[in-house]
Amino acid sequence: MDVLFLSRIQFAINTCFHYLYPPISIGIGLMLVIMEGLYLKTKDPKYKEMTTFWIKIFALTFALGVATGLVQTFAFGTNWSRYSRFVGDVFGSALAAEGVFAFFLEAGFLGILLFGWEKVGPKIHYFATICVCLGAHFSAVWIVVANSWMHTPAGFHIVNSPTGPRAEITNFWEMIFNPSAMDRLCHVTIACWLTGAFFVISVGAYYLLKQKHLVIARTMIRLGLWFGLICLVLQLVSGDSSARIVAKYQPAKLAAFEGIYKTVPHTPISVIGWVDAKKEAVYSIAIPSALSWLTYRNFETPVMGLDQIPRDEWPNVPVVFQMYHIMVMTWVVMFGIAVLGVWYLRKNKLEHKKWLLWPMIFSVVLPHIGQQCGWIGTEIGRQPWIVYKILKTSDGVSTNLVAPQVLGSIIMFIVIYLLLFGLFLFLLDRKIKHGPEDLDQKHDELVYRNVMTGMRNE
Amino acid sequence: MSFEVLWYVVIAFAILFYIILDGFDLGVGALHLFGKTDLDRRTFLNAIGPVWDGNEVWIVIVMGGLFAGFPNVYATLFSGFYNLLMFLIAGLMFRAVAIEFRSKRESESWRRLWDRVFCFASILVAFVLGVLLGNVIEGIPLDDQQNYVGSFSDFFRPYPLLVGITAVALFSMHGAIYLAMKTEGETHTLVRHWIGRTILFFILCYVLTTAATLIYMPHMTDCCRDTPLLVVLPLLSFAVILSIPYLIKKGNDGWAFVASCGSLAILLALFGIGTFPNIVYSTVSPETNSLTIFNTSSSQKTLGILLIVVAIGIPLVIAYGWWVYRIFRGKVKIEKSSY
Repeated sequence: MDVLFLSRIQFAINTCFHYLYPPISIGIGLMLVIMEGLYLKTKDPKYKEMTTFWIKIFALTFALGVATGLVQTFAFGTNWSRYSRFVGDVFGSALAAEGVFAFFLEAGFLGILLFGWEKVGPKIHYFATICVCLGAHFSAVWIVVANSWMHTPAGFHIVNSPTGPRAEITNFWEMIFNPSAMDRLCHVTIACWLTGAFFVISVGAYYLLKQKHLVIARTMIRLGLWFGLICLVLQLVSGDSSARIVAKYQPAKLAAFEGIYKTVPHTPISVIGWVDAKKEAVYSIAIPSALSWLTYRNFETPVMGLDQIPRDEWPNVPVVFQMYHIMVMTWVVMFGIAVLGVWYLRKNKLEHKKWLLWPMIFSVVLPHIGQQCGWIGTEIGRQPWIVYKILKTSDGVSTNLVAPQVLGSIIMFIVIYLLLFGLFLFLLDRKIKHGPEDLDQKHDELVYRNVMTGMRNE
Repeated sequence: MSFEVLWYVVIAFAILFYIILDGFDLGVGALHLFGKTDLDRRTFLNAIGPVWDGNEVWIVIVMGGLFAGFPNVYATLFSGFYNLLMFLIAGLMFRAVAIEFRSKRESESWRRLWDRVFCFASILVAFVLGVLLGNVIEGIPLDDQQNYVGSFSDFFRPYPLLVGITAVALFSMHGAIYLAMKTEGETHTLVRHWIGRTILFFILCYVLTTAATLIYMPHMTDCCRDTPLLVVLPLLSFAVILSIPYLIKKGNDGWAFVASCGSLAILLALFGIGTFPNIVYSTVSPETNSLTIFNTSSSQKTLGILLIVVAIGIPLVIAYGWWVYRIFRGKVKIEKSSY
């Protein structure tokens, strides 16, 4: 195993573990805005109880997100120094804006969220909630824009510097609005909203099954299911749009998503299957002409296959294929749960459908699986490039590392992450079992202390 | 002033905030095992409890600032210092985990385990930061592509080790003074005894480091030859540090803490003045291979955008930090919700 391979593994471990938390912050952030908005409108205390409960979950997730995000700020420089030299100028300004403003909005107003019920009026409190939600969303903007720039670079030129060529910014807004940025941002954001929706559904279903906090549980599950269903429909539109951007700018990746080795008219889509990379064949249940239609809106136009792309620029087709299909499959399962849920909700029978409530509890992992697989698919799908068609991954890795160094740090990260993940599950489990607070207890200040220290005891 | 210099100053201030704020967290951690009872140790943890992870964020700002403004410094240092930085990350993460885990169970052996982890992790972070700084001052071998060409064991030369120990001493002093400000009763009496000892320990290290710098680091003292007035700064730092025991004796813990912050600021200024305009000194052909603020920076356009962002954003961040500290001002009280 060489430094390049190990560095890729390490970066994957770091980002995958980190990415468990931001989607929860973003999704729950929006749920908080909805819940507290309903409270302001109806003055029904159940909404305040719900809001207070989810603020605590939000704060716990935020603390974990910060701790794991810390590692990310090292990761580019340690293992990808040539990449850092190459992109530093392009990413610099957006990185600074994100760091300063998103952090300020999110961390700054979180204090008021937790601690301010008694100190500020309801409208100012709601304003703080909106700011926290915006902050959480804003932190996604830079990272998705920067990542999109790596897929569809724009607004820069290559300059020779003492340490070799590097990208320098020519047009800030062209860089920000690079061709795939907005589509991908939508796709990522909606996925985060789904994470929030299914988290709320899961906790609601758990309380319904345990016959606890019933009033709140019913409201949560109704909110989660409707919001989740809307997001799932939106995600269908966004997924279609993103895929067509991929087809236009990164044909090799689309070909790998669907395992298209040969360019043929009436290109089919695979529902489920596997790829034999040696024989360059796909064995699958396929819908004829479907990919042609989805990409070009007619049944005939061929979708570019890997045969038109130099072999040394192919991504790892079997992995990308499976990741992409698992992602799509999680959408199908979530859609099924949401449709069934809404159906029984409207007939007022959901509470008695234990066979549906149980899968709902576990459905909290579906958005996470979908997002992890989606990201792994899109990132491996860009290979062998780190910046598409500009810089190869093998030219981005640090030159002065040796394999045992990286292997050692991978082991260290795994140990630390297991500890952190155990802690997260332990605290989360305790919070959910403890449930929403009785509103009479005025202990906001104590809660705030807990949150500022990363949420400990109550 | 050029954009490069302005951005250098911005990063210097971020470092200053980090060493002042997370400095006392690390110091409290380093002294943690000297606490005699469980109550002592809980008081220490709760003295930093509400603020430590906010303080830690400043190191993220430092690193983000380097990546954005001086990408080549970021790339060279981080890839070159790989193993050291992994120790730093391990220290930072284990410190966080220890603070979280300790109060989760009543068992004595459980708490003793995490007390030790907390203490050693804090010392590790302080020490590694010092070793990093020592290496940057003494210089590391860089090739003409700005890549580190030494080995891991090269980091542990006598001078960086000395700076590492000095950093532990400095943060311990700073942490002890912070604790004096935040505690009362028996814990307070205990902590007050530490201040004199940590100051002695620090002054010993400081004198050794200064002597070593004067004798072995001629490139650090060039500026004093050009501007002799700068000699005032080290003298001033001694005066400030020596005023601390006096202020403590008078019971003026708050001002003692301010003095401690002041000495940190002067030490950082000395480092900046000694190295400027270099950021990292190269021991291989220093004239061409050293990383300066000019041969490592982003383009003028990017630096300009960065400075605008910071001019708007940083006052907001500081105002927010001030507000949090005001909420948690005063002595620590152990409550049901505490660690």
